[in-house]
Amino acid sequence: MGNLRSVAKALEHVAPHVPVEVTGDPERVRAAQRVVFPGQGAMPDCMRELDQRRLRPAVLEAARSKPFLGLCIGLQMLFEESEEGPARGLGLLGGSVRRFPEARMFARDGQRLKVPHMGWNQVYRSGSHPLWAGIPDGSRFYFVHSYYVEAHDSALGAAASRYGLEFTCAVARDNLFAVQFHPEKSAGAGLALLSNFVHWNP
Amino acid sequence: MGLAKRIIPCLDVNAGRVVKGVNFVGLRDAGDPVEIARRYDEQGADEVTFLDITASSDGRGLLIPIIEAVSSQVFIPLTVGGGVREVGDVRRLLNAGADKVSINTSAVLNPGLVADAAQRFGSQCIVVAIDAKRADTPSGWGVFTHGGRNATGLDAVAWAERCAALGAGELLLTSMDRDGTKAGFDLDLTRAVADAVGVPVIASGGVGELQHLSDGILQGHADAVLAASIFHYGEFTVRQAKDFMAARGIEVRL
Repeated sequence: MGNLRSVAKALEHVAPHVPVEVTGDPERVRAAQRVVFPGQGAMPDCMRELDQRRLRPAVLEAARSKPFLGLCIGLQMLFEESEEGPARGLGLLGGSVRRFPEARMFARDGQRLKVPHMGWNQVYRSGSHPLWAGIPDGSRFYFVHSYYVEAHDSALGAAASRYGLEFTCAVARDNLFAVQFHPEKSAGAGLALLSNFVHWNP
Repeated sequence: MGLAKRIIPCLDVNAGRVVKGVNFVGLRDAGDPVEIARRYDEQGADEVTFLDITASSDGRGLLIPIIEAVSSQVFIPLTVGGGVREVGDVRRLLNAGADKVSINTSAVLNPGLVADAAQRFGSQCIVVAIDAKRADTPSGWGVFTHGGRNATGLDAVAWAERCAALGAGELLLTSMDRDGTKAGFDLDLTRAVADAVGVPVIASGGVGELQHLSDGILQGHADAVLAASIFHYGEFTVRQAKDFMAARGIEVRL
């Protein structure tokens, strides 16, 4: 389900003394103090994989009870449904996952915007949050995705980005934080966010 | 403000060492892959691309430990290509820490590989590399393999559209007429392909000065520009390239 290795390596880099484990075992997820929930590829495939490994209850439990960081598809899976396929998401957050609409994918100068949205875009936060500590507002993070989340409750939004339209690129609620971009591939800004997560005590 | 145009240094790897040729012959040694990738990260490179140019002979397996080492120490996207023949090769490179895998000759020989790989791993990690050269085809550019020696009979623009339809998330477009010449990108080729497809296009082949990079974006309509020798031999830093592009109104990550 995507590049778990890169996420683990980035976490080891920012927290050399914290044991990091890549696992598909529900019991290990239950035992963890913090959970990072990545995912790459197609959201319906990731949901199927999650259920094949019987991870759904453990992931839901973690997302409700301990520091939890969703990355990319890991953000999308928290929602109810996706235009990418018929599989339902975890439904932890109200809203859906939409594809960038071709009709609106034009820059201000009229040039066509490519999908996937691939590269470094600016992230503007909606308010303060411990995970943004030390990261200037408007910093660039690395994105690669064709779908974005649309939350029913706008208060969930922790940051937004602009690509043809403004879209939510980070959500936060209690012990849960999830981002559309890849902090593990976002150089200094991304490593700072991961370091903040490792030290976060919500 | 929005998405930045990307600068991507390319490292050609031969038996574990970085090299860069002139029209793919007469290779010169330019050093250790991990050190070079780290230096580029520090300079602000937006991604790094590794191309294994020894894919068909000895030393091929040496790329995997390089990718593992680089991805453990450099936290920007890594694209890896060269000798990717089957879905298993894609999986091995992704597992080693590659974020994107670039498929070239095998995409031409077996377009189903692009569709299979995109289906399994997601379009976002599948790049098709197109080596194009002036030829008697509808667009005026044909697709070539084996370092530009073998004509495939495919039209470059039509092939680019087909790759995007097959599920490629990005195209790496190299002008074989310009590669290694330092005469600048083939801007007409770049624009023809970039305007034809809905996925990002990386311009490659021929960069000799900073003006060529901004030309690739502004005139070639590329989403990203790739260069090797101007960065490897210390002629320019990535940071200098970005400052140059920013001064011409191109949005970059500084």
